Amino acid sequence: MIYREAGQFKTTYASDQAMFPVVQDRWVVLALLAAAFTVPTALASEYWLQAILIPFLIYALAALGLNILTGYAGQISLGTGGFMAVGGYAAFKLTTAFPDVNILVMFLGAGLAAAGVGLVFGIPSLRIKGFYLAVATLAAQFFLVWLFNKVAWFSNYAPSGTITAPPHTTFGVMVTGPQASAQARYVVALGFAVLFALFAKNLVRGRVGRSWMAIRDRDIAAEIIGVRPLRTKLLAFGISSFYCGVAGAEYVFLYLGSAETLAFDINLSFLVLFMVIIGGLGSILGSFLGAAFIVMVPIFLTNVPHAMGLGMPVALQKQVELMVFGGLIVFFLIVEPQGLARLWQITKEKLRLWPFPH
Amino acid sequence: MKLRTMLVVLVAVALAAGPLAGTVLAQGGSAFIPLLVYRTGAYAPSGIPIANGMSDYLTLVNERDGGVNGVKIAWEECETQYDTKQGVECYERLKGKNALLVNPYSTGITYQLIPKAPVDKVVVFSMGYGMAAAADGRWFPWVFGFPTTYWSQASAVVRYIGAQEGGLEKLKGKKIAHIYHNSPYGKEANPTLEVLAKKYGFDLNLLAVDHPGQEQKSTWLQVRRLNPDWIFMSGWGVMNQVAVKEAAAIGFKMDHFIGNWWSANDSDVVPAGDGARGYKGATFHAPGTSFKVHADIVKFVYDKGKGAGKKDAMGEPLYNRGVVNSMFAVEAIRTAMGKFGNKSLSGEEVRWGFENLNLTDQRLEQLGMKGFTHAVKVSCEDHEGNGPVLIQQWDGKKWSIVSDWVQPMREVVRPMIEEAAIAEGKNLKYAMRDCSKEK
Repeated sequence: MIYREAGQFKTTYASDQAMFPVVQDRWVVLALLAAAFTVPTALASEYWLQAILIPFLIYALAALGLNILTGYAGQISLGTGGFMAVGGYAAFKLTTAFPDVNILVMFLGAGLAAAGVGLVFGIPSLRIKGFYLAVATLAAQFFLVWLFNKVAWFSNYAPSGTITAPPHTTFGVMVTGPQASAQARYVVALGFAVLFALFAKNLVRGRVGRSWMAIRDRDIAAEIIGVRPLRTKLLAFGISSFYCGVAGAEYVFLYLGSAETLAFDINLSFLVLFMVIIGGLGSILGSFLGAAFIVMVPIFLTNVPHAMGLGMPVALQKQVELMVFGGLIVFFLIVEPQGLARLWQITKEKLRLWPFPH
Repeated sequence: MKLRTMLVVLVAVALAAGPLAGTVLAQGGSAFIPLLVYRTGAYAPSGIPIANGMSDYLTLVNERDGGVNGVKIAWEECETQYDTKQGVECYERLKGKNALLVNPYSTGITYQLIPKAPVDKVVVFSMGYGMAAAADGRWFPWVFGFPTTYWSQASAVVRYIGAQEGGLEKLKGKKIAHIYHNSPYGKEANPTLEVLAKKYGFDLNLLAVDHPGQEQKSTWLQVRRLNPDWIFMSGWGVMNQVAVKEAAAIGFKMDHFIGNWWSANDSDVVPAGDGARGYKGATFHAPGTSFKVHADIVKFVYDKGKGAGKKDAMGEPLYNRGVVNSMFAVEAIRTAMGKFGNKSLSGEEVRWGFENLNLTDQRLEQLGMKGFTHAVKVSCEDHEGNGPVLIQQWDGKKWSIVSDWVQPMREVVRPMIEEAAIAEGKNLKYAMRDCSKEK
């Protein structure tokens, strides 16, 4: 009843090609955006911001990056952790080498560095496909993490090999370092997530995105109709790694504060891949939903027995959490193999018919 | 279909409500200590005894003495699996309950918390781990690593090896291998060892083992080729038992294999069976249960059914480490109460207590810990206390102390610490405190 586009006529090409052609959608998204910028900054506690919302936004950005590569261009990658490490270490090297440059610019610079590395590791994708490509990107993951652990130059010769985010301000507000408020970090993370989501949304609707999907669905057919596989695949690798690189820089600078290579190990790659699969391959919204699921469910499961007053030993609680979380992943994959984004789409279709389903 | 929608809604609601419900504030009128523990995962063999020791001693203080000077201690465990991200989540959750100090029990997590400590006013007590540079209290007022650091430990172990060889000058030309966990923790000892290798002319080989350390075949192949005279190991969790087993398998002289104080627990040697006999480890407290404090723990904790672990697991080196850790924390709080009164303290007051802690042999005797650990005196400049190290040896059934207190080489380590503190402090844009102005 409420969610129905009857009476909304599209009289121009622009309105027909709009990102959200339905008026209600537009309003909901705008309202959500406004709420995302205002409500948590005003109400959320530091725990909520620092332990839940900021990691959620950063993982969502990384998942967006991987979704471009895996969901849209169809190239399976297990190198996300490695590309994020490039972003994190590049941001660290850049900020320590040029302490006066705005930190936001440095994040983009870290993304560019990661994009360059991603391009190099994307070259094998021209010859190998599917699972074999996954193995090749796995090599990127292990090689990059090993490199940052091995070569002390990347951590500025810190004896422990740990990189620590130096304090930085942007527009007069402290955004990194221990003095930065959780609100400021959150706004930066949110700003990046929104901008890059917007960019990705437009990218996948346009010529580039269509050529990605053509390659994904059948590469030979795509080649015949004039899509150049070399450029298309490498572009996907480059842009995807750019996203992951920015996410990696944020991961160190906004979330962890200091990091070692272990923070970027293979588990991180799997985590982001699970986000994309659970959220929905080839969906911008899915990246956010998947990140929310993977970040929040374990934290929720840890806190529930506590909140219910069950004096459960922490070890048992952790085991239960792992089991329930694993069970939930399997459950969602069986119920909706196309991810949480598809569930949302189904809900929308039902809403259009409500309250008179036929 | 209905079920599915319901489930989705349920999960969504639960997601929104869960973390909110989890952040209930602790009761006032007590001293709250968050314990970051790991009872699951690859590091559980090391994590479980520590966690049990820490909470048993705190239970003892509450049960026997009714708290610290009448103020009950409250604590809550949080499972980190030795994972930095989970550690940060735990810290953020628990610090809101008016945490006075935090025991991170992971060098990675310690590095995370060091920059946060002065902002949140929570003392980081990384007892014998964490960042060695933080031992310079002028740069890191909120971080305490006493009784000693990895760097001091490495120098004490070199001194011990020298004594075994018949004098430090005999080290010239000897081959010493350092097998380390390839993480900030494992790498900590390397700079000191490198300096000492140059100074005494021994041949140092650094062999890294990647996390989690279940696979070490290539490392031990290298050991065989190198054939070192001594091996020093900085391992943790499952890595230790694998290393001890591998060393036994290649027939390395076990009494020339010394683990650091995180690599010498019962769980590290038992899996290797007889092969582990003779394996040595550094420590800064005695193993075993022959102390009055253990009798008290049995009487006030286990006999009342409030023990955290099994009674016969008491006395493992890492269990005793947990006890020492809690004892230091409690005594620091007590010191702070001596100045600020017997009430619920703030983080700043507890920090003062840590900095002015003077644990004498006399006080240790009162606590039932005579001979259990060494006296410690912390000061504004020195958050390490420069504590000496003991060497313990596994005889196939139990650990026993086989050395006197070995002094670290302060003349080598302290300048390195000061230099590193300046570098790390500058990274964080800290300024150096003037200790003469501290009261």
